[in-house]
Amino acid sequence: MRYETERTRRRGHADTATDTLARGLGLFSIALGIAEVAAPRALARALGMKGQEGLIAGYGVREIATGVGILASKDPTPWIWGRVAGDGLDLATLATALEGNNPKKGNVGIAIAAVAGVTALDVYCAQTLSRESPHPLPPMQDYSDRTGYPRGIELSHGAARDFEVPRDFRTPEALRPYTQPEPSRHPQPSM
Amino acid sequence: MKALVWHGTTDIRCDSVPDPQIEHPRDAIIKVTSCAICGSDLHLYDHFMPGMKSGDIMGHESMGEVVEVGAESKGKLKVGDRVVIPFTIICGECEQCKRGNFSVCERTNRNGHIAAKAFGHTTAGLFGYTHLTGGYPGGQAEYLRVPFADATHIKVPDGISDEKLLFLSDIFPTGWQAAVQCDIQPTDTVAIWGAGPVGQMAIRSAILLGAKQVVVIDRVPERLAMAEAGGAITINFDEESVIERLNELTKGKGPEKCIDAVGMEAHATATIDSMYDRVKQATMMETDRPHVLREMAYVCRPAGTLSIPGVYGGLLDKIPFGAIMNKGLTIRTGQTHVNRWTDDLLRRIEDGQIDPSFVITHTVSLDEGPDMYKVFRDKQDGCIKVVIKP
Ligand SMILES: NC(=O)c1ccc[n+]([C@@H]2O[C@H](COP(=O)([O-])OP(=O)(O)OC[C@H]3O[C@@H](n4cnc5c(N)ncnc54)[C@H](O)[C@@H]3O)[C@@H](O)[C@H]2O)c1
Ligand SMILES: [Zn+2]
Ligand SMILES: [Zn+2]
Repeated sequence: MRYETERTRRRGHADTATDTLARGLGLFSIALGIAEVAAPRALARALGMKGQEGLIAGYGVREIATGVGILASKDPTPWIWGRVAGDGLDLATLATALEGNNPKKGNVGIAIAAVAGVTALDVYCAQTLSRESPHPLPPMQDYSDRTGYPRGIELSHGAARDFEVPRDFRTPEALRPYTQPEPSRHPQPSM
Repeated sequence: MKALVWHGTTDIRCDSVPDPQIEHPRDAIIKVTSCAICGSDLHLYDHFMPGMKSGDIMGHESMGEVVEVGAESKGKLKVGDRVVIPFTIICGECEQCKRGNFSVCERTNRNGHIAAKAFGHTTAGLFGYTHLTGGYPGGQAEYLRVPFADATHIKVPDGISDEKLLFLSDIFPTGWQAAVQCDIQPTDTVAIWGAGPVGQMAIRSAILLGAKQVVVIDRVPERLAMAEAGGAITINFDEESVIERLNELTKGKGPEKCIDAVGMEAHATATIDSMYDRVKQATMMETDRPHVLREMAYVCRPAGTLSIPGVYGGLLDKIPFGAIMNKGLTIRTGQTHVNRWTDDLLRRIEDGQIDPSFVITHTVSLDEGPDMYKVFRDKQDGCIKVVIKP
């Protein structure tokens, strides 16, 4: 993420797991929302919730709005908490469909299980995001000029080839690359 | 005087303590003009390294001016000399010192018997680094007592700033030895894990020694940027597969030389072995987290070299020794034999081949020291290397 987290204490990146999860949940919201808006009747039939098509379509609008919020906002945290609240509403609504003698109780059970799974992800994602510092990180220090070579890297690259590697630090001859020209240095006893 | 004093896990304070005194005729006292916080100090700060006692003075990268010399050091040092103090205390006379293996000096660790229990043999005394290595007070202080001062110093000329010279005490020779351990050939790809101060110095050393390609692995953007400025290709291990990228960069053959500049506190990546280490470490069944070692052993080209300046303290688990053995890898490691390299490195600084001050991102007073430990550990504020001016 853009923020340093309490847990990892590091500068975040735009592609950490939590951020990816948040974006994923945003896309999921929109997809589910479109399904609810486009086919409220089919859904109502499958869940044995005839007469509640308006409610389902309304929930669809909510899902789409939340999804867009997640994807468009700079900080998706409140929107993910919004999803958690929406999940609660969904679960409560589905629970009412379990009452009486709804012949589609099996389907409702499956739907509840699915929503519960997504709820767990939402809660996890929201909590992780909330642990992140709300303060944006200070801009990164620029160390691109900290080469360490006063005369530039070209002159320093290989500048120490004159160094005699002490005998006890030398790679045995047999382990050196074959392709390499004979080293010009003469083996000398080390200090 | 004021000094940074260890009181417990993540508890370092700027305290008033008694001034150091000459305790032995070979001692000298220096007035510290600059000192630095090292990645090794973080192992103490986080208390991964056992053997600290409340009241111990921190610090092993210091330089300054000689203000008092014991009788037996007088021939080698005089009041007013400008010196950098190597982090390894050396006698200069024992069999190991004579061979240049200064970090395993046989005489300077006054708690050598404890070290021998842990490691089989004693190693050199170190400044400000646990009672396992002598319990010598460190140099993040206004004054420092230097034992065996006739041997334990690097004389430096006037006219060059502290900032350019200070790192001769540790990280520059450490990065250098890490590269020398690789015996770099002009055809070599050198992969370096960790873009902290040691990694940064290892990059510059590998470039100076003429490596064909230097690749560095870390995840802190500022550190990767500084590595790139030094001529390295960078891999962010949070975003890319280290093994895949290294193979890509070496036509599938793997880097000839691998350097571990991370050590025992390697960050968990999203791999099973990292989780495993966390659990084992938390349950005291393992002391170190050797994720980097495993990755190196796996990706290193057969007949290649693993060079390990990163510090480990005890027992490591799940080391793929099968890969090491069957691929015939060479392992080279050790605390740095600082004085073995410093004459040559000082010449390279004077010659303008390198200016190690590039790595300094923060300069503070002793009072601000304790806060900077946290900033450095947490890599806040783009922090890479902290210099303290007592
Ligand atoms: N051999 C010696 O004599 C000697 C001397 C000085 C320091 N050291 C050791 O060298 C090591 C590095 O020191 P430093 O001052 O640069 O410390 P540091 O803590 O500043 O740097 C370590 C770097 O490693 C990176 N890192 C963590 N996990 C990683 C992983 N899985 N893969 C790649 N990079 C990872 C971190 O992000 C950090 O930038 C420490 O273990 C220190 O104790 C050894
Ligand atoms: Zn150090
Ligand atoms: Zn010795």
